[in-house]
Amino acid sequence: MREISAEMERELVVIGGGPAGLAAAIAAAENGVAVDDILILEREPELGGILLQCIHSGFGLHRFGEELTGPEYAARFSKKVVEMGIPSLLSTMVLTLHQMEDGCKEITAVSSAHGLIRLKARAVVLAMGCRERGRGALNIPGTRPAGIYTAGAAQKFVNIKGFMPGRRVVILGSGDIGLIMARRMTLEGAKVEVVAELMPYSGGLSRNIQQCLRDFDIPLLLSHTITRIHGKERVTGVTISQVDEKRRPIPGSEQYFACDTVLLSCGLIPENELTRQAGIPLDPVTGGAVVGENRETEMAGVFAAGNVLHVHDLVDFVSAEAELAGAGAARWLAEGDGEEFKLPIHPQGIIRYVVPQTVSLPAKEDVRLFFRVGEVVDKAAVIVENGGKVLYKGMRPRLLPGEMESVTIKAAALAGTEGGQLTVRLEKR
Amino acid sequence: MMDVAVIGAGVVGALIARELSRYQLDVCMLEKADDVAMGTSKANSAIVHAGFDCQPGSVMAKMNVRGNAMMDQLARELSVPFKRNGSMVLAFGEEDNGTLQTLLDRGIQNGVPGVEIVSGDRARELEPNISGNVTAALVAPSGGIVCPYELTIAAAGNAMDNGVRLYTGFEVVSADFADGVWTLVSAAGDQVEARYVVNAAGLFSDRVAVLLGDTEYHLFPRRGEYLLLDRDQGQMVSHTIFQCPSAMGKGILVTPTVDGNLLLGPTSENREDREDTETTADGLATVARLAAKSVPAVNLRAVITSFTGLRSCSPGHDFVIESSKNQPQLVEITGIESPGLSSAPAIAEYAVSLLKEMGLALDEKADFNPIRRPIPRFREMDIEQRRALIQEDARFGQIICRCETVTEGEIVRALHQNPPAHDLDGVKRRTRTGMGRCNGGFCTPQAVEIIARELGIPVEQVTKCGGDSRLLVGKTKEGGQDA
Repeated sequence: MREISAEMERELVVIGGGPAGLAAAIAAAENGVAVDDILILEREPELGGILLQCIHSGFGLHRFGEELTGPEYAARFSKKVVEMGIPSLLSTMVLTLHQMEDGCKEITAVSSAHGLIRLKARAVVLAMGCRERGRGALNIPGTRPAGIYTAGAAQKFVNIKGFMPGRRVVILGSGDIGLIMARRMTLEGAKVEVVAELMPYSGGLSRNIQQCLRDFDIPLLLSHTITRIHGKERVTGVTISQVDEKRRPIPGSEQYFACDTVLLSCGLIPENELTRQAGIPLDPVTGGAVVGENRETEMAGVFAAGNVLHVHDLVDFVSAEAELAGAGAARWLAEGDGEEFKLPIHPQGIIRYVVPQTVSLPAKEDVRLFFRVGEVVDKAAVIVENGGKVLYKGMRPRLLPGEMESVTIKAAALAGTEGGQLTVRLEKR
Repeated sequence: MMDVAVIGAGVVGALIARELSRYQLDVCMLEKADDVAMGTSKANSAIVHAGFDCQPGSVMAKMNVRGNAMMDQLARELSVPFKRNGSMVLAFGEEDNGTLQTLLDRGIQNGVPGVEIVSGDRARELEPNISGNVTAALVAPSGGIVCPYELTIAAAGNAMDNGVRLYTGFEVVSADFADGVWTLVSAAGDQVEARYVVNAAGLFSDRVAVLLGDTEYHLFPRRGEYLLLDRDQGQMVSHTIFQCPSAMGKGILVTPTVDGNLLLGPTSENREDREDTETTADGLATVARLAAKSVPAVNLRAVITSFTGLRSCSPGHDFVIESSKNQPQLVEITGIESPGLSSAPAIAEYAVSLLKEMGLALDEKADFNPIRRPIPRFREMDIEQRRALIQEDARFGQIICRCETVTEGEIVRALHQNPPAHDLDGVKRRTRTGMGRCNGGFCTPQAVEIIARELGIPVEQVTKCGGDSRLLVGKTKEGGQDA
């Protein structure tokens, strides 16, 4: 490994050593970047990211055809990184990211072991992941006692630190981490009173609703939210109200639930403070960078993948996306940007977003478009068009906001397109 | 035996203690909460008012203008960020013009420097994001912003560095004066004897006054709810933007904070309960609606947190700072509503002068040091400063709070430096750990471990804010007791 010093230069710096960063670094090395020219920067003391606290199983079904726990899934990649000799700096926090006059990127990072480091990189992969929406952002009225945690913070306390955040729990939001924590807290001996979900549908995977709530007889109240938190020093209870179709609490529908803990699982927000600082354009809907099919952002040589780009349901897709970014970075380092035309992709109607947001023409390979819907839709055709020409049309029996969808556009289908835009829409049956 | 006991370690009590620490005196602060700045000083608009609101001739007017002028030097000595960003009061139509004129007249009478009325267009030149409906504005360049709990912590810390003692968890429940000495007894039965007593108990000062033998003061709490927005909204305005004041106060303001956030609020509602700091859906909606009237572009999706503060209002709406009419060797300070923060340095100065009039000898201490050594702020340093700091102590290289870029070194200092933090919220107020957009989701587990380690207590005993506010209830799978 090359020496770590206060001032360094590397071909590729990967910011984040979670599933996205690891897969991107491996893919970059496999596509020709010398391992010594790569550096992974990870803020935690271990590689693996948030997967390390996800000790439940269910990871890797798509990718490996078997059910792994989070740490097992992470280990498949972190072991490979170590075996390939890709260097990483742990307990290292990136503070700034800027483009320099010569087009290279300057990164400053800090750690106890190495102090303040200044890095010059030709290419960067952003893989910082996401954070949970907290109580403040949710604006839940009431007191401000101890006992209110995001589901992920509670998961870290229970699974990593070995402490119980509470014994009688109400969960707000039915995101996957909240569902997983409903089961975990139950298995650890706590009583989960109820899960309240503001929307008329769950934000989590169907399999988690079954395996984490129904299997444990934990009630799920759809179209309900917490309208008041009680308790001076520690939470003593919550008031839960039903909401109308505009998500406003319905007076008279209040129910009181005694509890000592409130867990919040109300959505994930890509952590793009560095991206914003660097001046890289973001998609207001995904909260992540605007990218092309190789996950290159609008800043040449900067790529993004995983939950920092858009929030995924399954880590298998994070890995696949990060491989596109890693391979894209390798190709960019070797060849630079081509003279391609970037065709913009626009979601329409109840399709909230599509990633990537552009596709380069002429297309060399098939392009897979990932998207999410804004409401539950039964029996609809997904249609991808260019001008009046339909490039893809396929039926879906059911589309759920909590489950990411995708369509693959053949390179051949893209070959005929020259300009305009791609639109992605649904046609209900 | 103390020379002076100050009851209450809010911004007023802490500044009085610091003022007294200049002299050869034994001084203590008695604070019922777990930390300083836990009442009105913790949650307010964080404004150093220019002084154009107060009735000319009132105690308030005098204290406000004097306190405002003292703030530069005080903030410098205590290393507390203070910014004269200027205040602006908006008029929406002709019906507000009279109010602006009244404020201008008062400002001139009160001696507020540089206050003037400008046109709506000029106001929008100064503040491009204010509403197109603004027809005129009062501008007062001496208005400023300061973090109220940071000022209190710094003042208390500097007082302690100069020999003042702080007793937290000391709720005065009885007081007795005999043979020239006050004996103050806490709820836990502890006693403090002091020759002089200053009642700076804020929202509870009328009740403490009764214990001390003065029954003529009556306070009522006025609740105010606030919304605090992320730093990306902090540049929305540079001035503190007010609407025209009413009988219920100075109206909803929109202001940057010294930490770069945007603060909206407060509502104004008289309530009986002196500890009711709940937020309400209605209150927060009112704040959002009225703030948008001043600055329509405010992005309410960027809300980081909401909170409620309680102001201690008196029926006469003027500050009371006086020698007790009924008891010897006692200074009563009550009714310190807005602009209490702005006035606090002047109130402290005046209170000490009252003590002197009563016979307290003020002999200067040769070794008084007005300069407070602050906790280093890693996030505000340049590369070389950061390198030097990490060289000195590697714990300044370990980021704990990623949103606010707070290091382990800062948290450790907060737990040991005067006045030491005892809990998570205390660490938060001193370092901003957990104050960012993730609401502590990532840093809380680590911060809790550092607190336990530094205080030498089990992790399960770490609290959010003292008392029964334990963050964790036990270990997982604890001896099968859950089975």
